[in-house]
Amino acid sequence: MENSEQERNFDAKLERNETIEPKDWMPDNYRKHLIRQISQHAHSEIVGMLPEGNWITRAPSLRRKMVLLAKVQDEGGHGLYLYSAAETLGITREELVSQLLTGKAKYSSIFNYPTLTWADIGAIGWLVDGAAIMNQVMLQRTSYGPYARAMVRICKEESFHQRQGYEIMMVLAKGSPEQKAMAQDAINRWWWPSLMMFGPTDEKSPNSANAIKWKIKRESNDQLRQKFVNQTVPQAEIIGLTVPDKDLVWNESKKGYDFGTPDWEEFYNVIAGNGPCNKDRLAARTKAHAEGAWVREAAQAFADKRKELEVI
Amino acid sequence: MTKDSQGFLWEVFIQSKPGQPHRHCGSVHAHDKEMALQNARDVYTRRNEGTNIWVVRSEYIVSSSPEDIGPFFEPANDKIYRHPTFYSVPEGVTHM
Ligand SMILES: [Fe+2]
Ligand SMILES: [Fe+2]
Repeated sequence: MENSEQERNFDAKLERNETIEPKDWMPDNYRKHLIRQISQHAHSEIVGMLPEGNWITRAPSLRRKMVLLAKVQDEGGHGLYLYSAAETLGITREELVSQLLTGKAKYSSIFNYPTLTWADIGAIGWLVDGAAIMNQVMLQRTSYGPYARAMVRICKEESFHQRQGYEIMMVLAKGSPEQKAMAQDAINRWWWPSLMMFGPTDEKSPNSANAIKWKIKRESNDQLRQKFVNQTVPQAEIIGLTVPDKDLVWNESKKGYDFGTPDWEEFYNVIAGNGPCNKDRLAARTKAHAEGAWVREAAQAFADKRKELEVI
Repeated sequence: MTKDSQGFLWEVFIQSKPGQPHRHCGSVHAHDKEMALQNARDVYTRRNEGTNIWVVRSEYIVSSSPEDIGPFFEPANDKIYRHPTFYSVPEGVTHM
């Protein structure tokens, strides 16, 4: 097939590792892929505020409360950076919000699990933010300029998220037997869903080939998952916690761990809407959106009124 | 349900230190300029990233188009005499 000149320019830019910018020509499928991926990422940040927000009032000390509040606020900020990047591709904020609320757009299925104990807040910061960081560090070099720049900003903010979570786990693991058991229970429940955050295996990942070809992603799901396991297992050992995987074993020849297979059936089931909290999460977002409607209307009325006065 | 409005889109420019130029960092939604400034502060300067913020409605930004990169910037291409290296100076001349 004969490629158009525009297409050749686009390919050449990718080849030179130059970023694609909002007004540059890009293939329709590249645009669609990015809108899907960036909006999904944005929605994940926003919905991700819910399981942790749930513990702000119950944090065990003022210090923990302050930290968690700042962390959840950062996630809201991340959502906004990403919505703003998605909008440069020609979709409006209103459409983005409505896609989330109608269930047309997805968000990371990890946030459909409940936060049952305080240790879950530790496990989320350490494991869930840890897995997200692994992905986001790679995305700092993604080919679409506004997405890459949003990622640089996000990565700077993320490292405290992971540390505060790990610190919670460390303190619990050093505490009473009950506290240690609570920490172990949290890692038991969050470990596998965290591994699933990288997405299906490479053979089963329908969008991966394009994402790699277009340099949206630079590492595959399985590569990132392996890196995450390699880096996280020793962190668990240092604080005396165990990763709940009986197949986990160090493989000297690949200088990495061999590990078990996540329950992919559960993964697809949660994506399909049948996780423990899917309904709660969407209901909470829908409620917040509806309850904010009068504020948006009032703000618009106020702005219109002032505009009139200015003209006079 | 009435049509939802998230307000106008505003581009945000932040000066990181006194004396530095303002740099584009993203956008926010807001219904008026005060709200745009406050939202920009909350979204983009949670860690003292700025000493000053500009916000401007996105629709007022005028941009050259990437397709015209060649012809648009062409007038600057052949004027190498605008650069100091174009001129020869005798050996031993300093401070120039
Ligand atoms: Fe985040
Ligand atoms: Fe985070």
